[in-house]
Amino acid sequence: MEITAETVAFAIFAVFTLGGALGVVTMRNLFHAALMLILSLFGVAGLYILLTAPFLAAVQIMLYVAAVAILIIIAIMLTRSLMKAPIAANKQWEVSALIALIVLVSLVAVILQVSGGRVRSYWPQEPVGDVPADSITALGASLVDPDRYVLPFEVASVLILAAMIGAIVIVRSRPTS
Amino acid sequence: MVPLWMYLVVSAGLFAIGVYGVLSRRNAVAILMGIELMLNAVNVNLIAFWRYLTPMDVSGQAFALFVLVVAAAEAAVGLAMIISIYRNRQTVIAEDIDLLRG
Repeated sequence: MEITAETVAFAIFAVFTLGGALGVVTMRNLFHAALMLILSLFGVAGLYILLTAPFLAAVQIMLYVAAVAILIIIAIMLTRSLMKAPIAANKQWEVSALIALIVLVSLVAVILQVSGGRVRSYWPQEPVGDVPADSITALGASLVDPDRYVLPFEVASVLILAAMIGAIVIVRSRPTS
Repeated sequence: MVPLWMYLVVSAGLFAIGVYGVLSRRNAVAILMGIELMLNAVNVNLIAFWRYLTPMDVSGQAFALFVLVVAAAEAAVGLAMIISIYRNRQTVIAEDIDLLRG
């Protein structure tokens, strides 16, 4: 495979994604782990751009990097778990690593189909076609199309509303009677 | 373009790292971060398959969008519960939250 700008960009984003993820699960300081999570989510957004899904990349940055990561950092600060976490992993971390390794090996074995010392992949090397230029317009239209996704869209709105109210009710300080 | 299996391998690695984080971390916030990693791995898979197999259709992007929405709702409620537990029990260590243990 020849080295093009795209493969270089893919390698950089993959390293961001996987390196950040490793930081998230191994960093002892939880605040640093949250910063590594932001790095990893940026890497995923870059992969979306390489896959010509710019809208998803923008949503990823706005929703994950801006909202969820900030929420997690605020939760870390509110619970003051930084000072109280001398050890990051629990007693079963060896078993956890083994399970994660089994998951990884079985997934990669299915993806790569190694046979006779040669990697034989039946996944397409190239996409079957180009993304239509109006794919974002089509995505927006399909979300409000009664024949496509208008029902899941409305259900998702109700879910977000319920989650918002639920979060407020759960963290609301109890009135001192 | 980069062949599809590379995206799938990156996604599998991200998922496995997330599994390790969920199983091995003591802090409940860190467990939530592991869950976020796993959800992102699934989304990379969805978008990669959409791009390589059905780029004409919008369903792949739409599903990834709904996964994002549900993940955001899950993070909000999960963090609210963790803060509430911290208020009542002064701990966010998952092993110490054993109120329902018989």
